[in-house]
Amino acid sequence: MSGLVTRRELVSGLAIGAGGLLSGCDRLGENPGFRALLKSGEHGNYAVQRLLQDRTALAEEFAPSQRSPVFRANGTRMPGGDDYARHLAAGFADWRLVVDGAVARPQSLTMGEVKGMPARHQITRHDCVEGWSAIAKWTGVPLKLLLDRAGVSREARFVVLHCADPQSNGTMYYESIDLLDAYHPQTILAWAINDLLLPVQNGAPLRLRVERQLGYKQAKYVQRIEAVTSLAGIYGGGGGYWEDAAGYEWYAGL
Amino acid sequence: MIEKAEMMTSDVEEIDKGASLAGALVYRHRLPTRLWHWTNAVTIIVMLMSGLMISNAHPHLYWGEYGANLDHAWFHPPHFPGWATIPSTYNLALARHWHLFFAWIFAFGLLAFMLVSLVNRHIQRDLTLTRAELAPAHLWQDIKDHARLKFPTGREALRFNILQKITYIGVVFVVLPLLIVTGLSLSPGFNAVMHWPLDLMGGRSSARSIHFICAGLIAAFIVLHLTLVLLAGPYNEIRSMITGRFRVPPDPVEMPQRSLELSEEMS
Repeated sequence: MSGLVTRRELVSGLAIGAGGLLSGCDRLGENPGFRALLKSGEHGNYAVQRLLQDRTALAEEFAPSQRSPVFRANGTRMPGGDDYARHLAAGFADWRLVVDGAVARPQSLTMGEVKGMPARHQITRHDCVEGWSAIAKWTGVPLKLLLDRAGVSREARFVVLHCADPQSNGTMYYESIDLLDAYHPQTILAWAINDLLLPVQNGAPLRLRVERQLGYKQAKYVQRIEAVTSLAGIYGGGGGYWEDAAGYEWYAGL
Repeated sequence: MIEKAEMMTSDVEEIDKGASLAGALVYRHRLPTRLWHWTNAVTIIVMLMSGLMISNAHPHLYWGEYGANLDHAWFHPPHFPGWATIPSTYNLALARHWHLFFAWIFAFGLLAFMLVSLVNRHIQRDLTLTRAELAPAHLWQDIKDHARLKFPTGREALRFNILQKITYIGVVFVVLPLLIVTGLSLSPGFNAVMHWPLDLMGGRSSARSIHFICAGLIAAFIVLHLTLVLLAGPYNEIRSMITGRFRVPPDPVEMPQRSLELSEEMS
């Protein structure tokens, strides 16, 4: 009998322990110090991946037959506001891609000029932070060519992508990447998906493809590329809309 | 008794075979094993519970290179309630922070345990399978013993039985490493470093499915493990994993068995 009581006590002890563990985890997760500790994992992942990755190590590319039958659209599917609606109605004839910030020669390019630049085609996999994946063919200008055209200054460390889709918190979508990813051969500003001009839901007229990172880094409706020395003064300082709004990792390599 | 208490489990066989160990307190689990066990007790629970939150973000599993809502899913995991997830309310970003931080402890803990257990010969002594153990008759006997909740006593209680060995080998050398490899293969950054693990598994959606299946196997292992600890005598078992000392269960009293045999003869 005594054994039975011990077991019962143990089981209830475990249940209380599990309950304590759970509320403890929630409290720990809200503690700024512990959250900083958890986030140190991100810095570790960033450092280790940069250590292991060849500077130009390519994301896997696929055969046309391996593409998803439908490329799922996510996030903004139709940017709000009159500005975008006007651009859409005009077929993006007046859309300008601005490259500025810490550059020698700020640029303001029409879509015709962007499409006139050398293009890269790549069939790659888009991995959403939520867990789904989709494969599509992208066509666009390597970001490196745009940056070279503008002449990025020595002190620049990041490239910020400013987008045309307003978010529910009143700010605009934006993203940022380090120069290593910015100059990566597969990092392009895509204007076509599966050989068709980008539809609105996929980011018309221009979206970023930075293939070694997760989906939320692939900024859509890109209007302005800004070279910066620090991310601190930009919106919430997290380096991206989801980073600011929900605490997602800035380095989204995993 | 003092001498027996100082012996390692695996040394037991090498001394006087005739001596009864029943009731003796013997040193059963080495410090590295115990450290790894309790590190894992915390780490794996955190990984599983934060993993359930991550599952809630997209509760569909696919096979192949890709898989999204419009593609065919082979399984839809249920929505996991707040008491089973870290954090308890929906927060994918925070769950990922938990998951990816503890992943380091999990992966390097396993690596350290494997290396130390090779060096201190825990693997060679306690986890290698012998031909005799794998004989169908022996396996069947062990299955029957487990089904009848007949736990080994005396000297037999000091080594892993065949089902234990197979389970531990499966967990330590197959399921846990697979969790790490499939987990890493979900990372687009890692895949740029090497994507042969992904190719081997048939694509990222397959890797994610295998990751979930392995997590399910670990959850099942934990339930089985805790159940058996409770049934085998939680005080002795938990003490042995804290202090390393295990009280050898005495051999069963002869009388009941004899009367059982008698009754069988009579019928």
